[in-house]
Amino acid sequence: MNARRAWIISSWLAGLAAALWVVVHAHYITDLSAFLPAKPTHLQKLMVDQLRDGPASRLLLIALEGGDADARAQVSLDMAHRLRNDAAFSSVENGEVLTAARDRDFLFAHRYLLSDAVEARRFSAAGLKEAIEETIDSLASPAGLLLKSLVPRDPTGEMLRIIDRLSGTRSPRTQNGVWVSADGARTLLVAQTAAPGSDTDAQERDMGAIRNAFSAAVKSSAASSSSVNSSAVQLKMSGPGVFAVAARAKIKRAAMRLSLVSGILVVAVLLAVYRSPLALGLGLLPVATGAVAGVAAVALGFGAVHGITLGFGITLIGESVDYSIYFFIQSLHGGVDGPPGDAWRRRLWPTVRLGMLTSVCGFASLLPSGFPGLAQLGLYSITGLIAAAMVTRFVLPELLPPGFRIGDVAPLGLRIGRVRDSLRSRGGLGIGYAACAVAIVAMLVLYRHHDTLWNRELSRLSPVSPQDLRYDAMLRSDLGAANVLDVVIVEGAGLEEVLRGAERAQAALETLVDEKIIGDVDSPSRYLPSLATQQARRGALPDARTLRDNLKIAVADLGLDLEQLAPFVEDVDAARHAALLTPDDLRGTSLAAGFGALILHQSDHWSALLPLHGADVAMPDVDVARVAAYLAAAKLPNTEILDLKLQTDALYAGYLQEAIRLSLCGFLLIVVLLLAALRSPLRVARLLAPLGLAVLTVAAALVLAGQQLTILHLVGMLLIVAVGSNYALFFDGEAAAQRAENSALTMASLGIANVSTVIGFGLLSFSQVPVLVALGATVAPGAFLALLFSALLTWRAPRTTLNA
Amino acid sequence: MKLRVLGVCFSLLTGAAAHGATASGTAPGAADALDEVMHSLAERRHGQVSFVEQQFLHMLKRPVESYGELIYDAPNHLEKRTIEPRAETLVVDGEVLTIQRGRRNHVLDLKAYPQILPFIESIRATLAGDRAALERLFRLEFTGSEMRWTLLLTPLDAQLAKTVASIRIDGSRDELSKVEIRQSDGDRSLMTLRAHSGR
Repeated sequence: MNARRAWIISSWLAGLAAALWVVVHAHYITDLSAFLPAKPTHLQKLMVDQLRDGPASRLLLIALEGGDADARAQVSLDMAHRLRNDAAFSSVENGEVLTAARDRDFLFAHRYLLSDAVEARRFSAAGLKEAIEETIDSLASPAGLLLKSLVPRDPTGEMLRIIDRLSGTRSPRTQNGVWVSADGARTLLVAQTAAPGSDTDAQERDMGAIRNAFSAAVKSSAASSSSVNSSAVQLKMSGPGVFAVAARAKIKRAAMRLSLVSGILVVAVLLAVYRSPLALGLGLLPVATGAVAGVAAVALGFGAVHGITLGFGITLIGESVDYSIYFFIQSLHGGVDGPPGDAWRRRLWPTVRLGMLTSVCGFASLLPSGFPGLAQLGLYSITGLIAAAMVTRFVLPELLPPGFRIGDVAPLGLRIGRVRDSLRSRGGLGIGYAACAVAIVAMLVLYRHHDTLWNRELSRLSPVSPQDLRYDAMLRSDLGAANVLDVVIVEGAGLEEVLRGAERAQAALETLVDEKIIGDVDSPSRYLPSLATQQARRGALPDARTLRDNLKIAVADLGLDLEQLAPFVEDVDAARHAALLTPDDLRGTSLAAGFGALILHQSDHWSALLPLHGADVAMPDVDVARVAAYLAAAKLPNTEILDLKLQTDALYAGYLQEAIRLSLCGFLLIVVLLLAALRSPLRVARLLAPLGLAVLTVAAALVLAGQQLTILHLVGMLLIVAVGSNYALFFDGEAAAQRAENSALTMASLGIANVSTVIGFGLLSFSQVPVLVALGATVAPGAFLALLFSALLTWRAPRTTLNA
Repeated sequence: MKLRVLGVCFSLLTGAAAHGATASGTAPGAADALDEVMHSLAERRHGQVSFVEQQFLHMLKRPVESYGELIYDAPNHLEKRTIEPRAETLVVDGEVLTIQRGRRNHVLDLKAYPQILPFIESIRATLAGDRAALERLFRLEFTGSEMRWTLLLTPLDAQLAKTVASIRIDGSRDELSKVEIRQSDGDRSLMTLRAHSGR
C-alpha cells in the first residue's frame, strides 16, 4: 500500500512538474488572432491583415484638453518633438509645417510627372489657352495674388492642382500653428506606431511613451514660462490600440476582482461545511492540477496560448471543484466500514466519471471550431476536467491523513431532502405537467423570437464602452480622418501593378465622388503615380519648339507676354528628359509617410489601399453596397471594397452558426455516451429532461429580458449541461440503487456544489465586461435550475419512502 | 498625411509672395480727425457692400477684374464673396480664415500665416475702428477731413514690407470707398466699394 501510495503521489508530482514546465515556457499571445479564423477566406485574410497591421490599426489619436489654447499649443509642439525622436512612432502629426520647403521643392520640380492634368491636349494651343486663362482668373483672388511669382514657370497651374488634389476635402482647423477641434476646445495630434495595432503589449508601451512625453512637455512648458498655465492641460487618447489595451486591462481587472471575491465566498462556504482548512486545501488540488494541465495541453496542441483561454478556462473547469466536494462529503461519511475512499471508489466514482465524460463530450464539440479561441477553450476544459477527475480519484484518497474528518453535513442534506420531498409530494403528478408547461412556454418564447434570437454582431462582445466609442468618433470627425472602416484594396504581385490598379480604381471612384455618394478617395498613386502613368505624362510634353509655337497662339489675346513664359518652356523641356520617380525619391519629404501608409507588402504580395471618406460630416458612413456594386460593374481586376464591420460581423456570424451546429453534435454525443453507459433510453431521457428544461428556461428568460444571445451564451448553455449532468447522474444513481441512507449526503454535496457554482457565475454577471456578463447570467440561473429540475424530475424516491 | 499637405500649400503661397524689393513709407503721426473717423467706424456694427476689384500685374497687359460682395459684422467677422470670374468665398472670423473654392474648404489660422495678415487686418481693423490694432502692424498717415478722408498704411515689419509697400484706404465718415494695395514689386490692386442699395 505504501509503495503504491508513493508511486501515485510521485507520478502525480512528476506530471504536475512537467506540465508546469510547459506552462512556464509556453508562448502566450494577447492579440486579436484568437478571434480570427484558422483557415480564412481571401477577403477574411485581407481583413485580418488590416486589423493586424493596416495603417488604421496603428493610429493613436491624441487630444489635449483643459488649460488655455496657448498652453495646449506649446505642449503639443513639445510633445510632438519628443515623440518624433522615438523610433516607436513612424509618424507624429500635429499640424506643424515641418517639411514644407522640401515638399514644395519636390512637388514643384516633378510637377509634370505628378499632375493628373498633364496630357497631350493640355499643351496644344487650345489646351494652353484654357489652362492659362484659368490661372489668370485665380490670380484675381487674394490667394492667387500670392501665386503670381509662379506664373512664368507654371502658367498652366500644375502646382496648384497637385496641392489641391493632395489636400483633401476636410482638414482640421489650425490654431497657434497646431491642429485643434472645430470648436477650438481640444488640441489634436495623431501618432502612427511602428508596431502593428494587434501587438497590444507594444501599443501599451507606446501609450506609456506618449504619457511620458506629455508630462515632460507640461513640466518644461511650466518651467520655461510662468505666464502659460500648462498644468491644467489634460491628455486623452483614443484609437484601436487604446481600445485593445483598455479592454485587456478591463477584462483582467474584472476577472481578477471577481475571481477574488467569488474565491473568498466559495472558500467561506466550503470552510463552513468542512470545518477543516486541510480539507479545503486538498479540495483545491484537483482544480489547480486541471488548470495547469489544461494550459499545458493547449500550449502543446496549438503551439501558443491565447489570453482568453487563460481568462475563461478556469471558469469552465470550475465543475472540478465539485468533484472534491462529492469526494469528501460522500466518502468520509459513507466510508465508516473501511479505509476512507473505498465506498467512494466503488459506488460514487463511476457516477462522477460518467458526469465528467458527459462534460468532456460537451466540450469536445468546441474542438473542431474554426474560431481558435473556442477550440483552445475546448481542449483546455477537456484536459482540465480529466486531470481534475484523475487527481480526485487516485491522488486525493492517498493524501488524506489518518483520522481525517470533516464537519457533519448530514443534517443539511436532510433539510434539503425534506424541502425536495415536500415539493414533490405536494406537486405529485403536477410536477410533470408543470415541467411540460414550462418547456412549451419556453419553446414558444424562443420560437416567437427566432429571427432575432442570436446577435450576429461582433461589437456586442466588445468591452469598449459606448462613451469611449463616441469620443473616438468625435476626435475622428475633428481630424477629418478617413472612415477607417471602408477601404478599397487593389492587390497584385508588384508595386507597379498595384499602383496602376489604384489609378484605375481611383478614376472609377471619382464618378462616385461627383455623385456625392462618397466624399473623397485617397490613393497611393496621388503621392507616386505608376511608372506607366509617369511615362505617359512625360511623353505628352511637347518639344520646346512646338510648345513655343502653341504658346504664341494661346496667349495671343490673353494679355500675357510670351517672353515672360520663357522659364515655362525651359522647365517643360527639362521635364521631357527627367528620370521617372520611384519610392526612393519621396524620401525626406512628408509624402513618404503618406505613401507608405497606403501600400502594404509581404514578400511578393502587394496591396494598395484606397480609404474612402464619407460624403459629408452629417453622413460619415459610406454606402458600401453601392460602392461594391459600382466596382463590380466597372470590372476592375483584383479590386475589392473591404467593409471591416461587415466582414467581422460575417466572420462572427459564421462562428456562431458553426458553434450552434457543433453544440448540437456535442449534445448527440452525450446522448450516445449515456445510452452506452446506462443501457436504458428511459433513464437517459429522464436524466436529460431536466437539463434540457433548464437550458430552455434560461434561454427563454434571457430573451424575455430583452437579451440577444451571443456565442458566450452558447458556451454558457454547454456549461449548464456539463455541470447539470453531474446532478442528474447522482439523482439517477441514487434512484437506481434505491438506497435511502445516502440520500442526505448526496443532497448535501449537490447543494454545496451548486451554491459554489451559482456564487462563482452569479458574480460574473455583475461585471462590466459583456462576455463575462453573458457567461454569468446564463450559467448561474441555469445551474440552479438544473439542480432543481433534476431533484424534481430525475430522482425517484425509494419505494420504502413512498409506502411510508 | 493629407492634412500636412495643406500647410505646404499655404507656405508655398506665402513663400512665393515673400520676395521682391524693399520699400518703406514715411508718415507723420495721426491727426485728431483720425480719432473721430475711427469712432464713427466703431459705431457701425454691420455692413454689406458690393465691390469691384482690379489687379494691375506687370506680367499682364490689362488688369484682371473681379466683383462680388463684402460683408462685415462687428467686431471681427469679415467675408469676401467673389462672384466673377471664379466663385470664391473668404471668411475671416477672429483668427480663423476659411477659403471656399469649388469643392474645397480650407481652414487656417491667421497667426500661422503672418504674410496674409496685413491684407485682411488693414480692412477689418479699419472697419472696426480699431486704431490700436492698425498701429500694431502699420504706420498710419491720415489726411483730409471726416467727410472725405484718406488713410495710408505702411507696414512696420520689415518682413511684411517685402510683400506690401502700402495700403491706401479712402472713405467718407463711416463708409469706405476705395482700398488700394501696392505691392513691393510694383503690382497693385484697387478695390472700389459701393453701398449695397446703390447697385
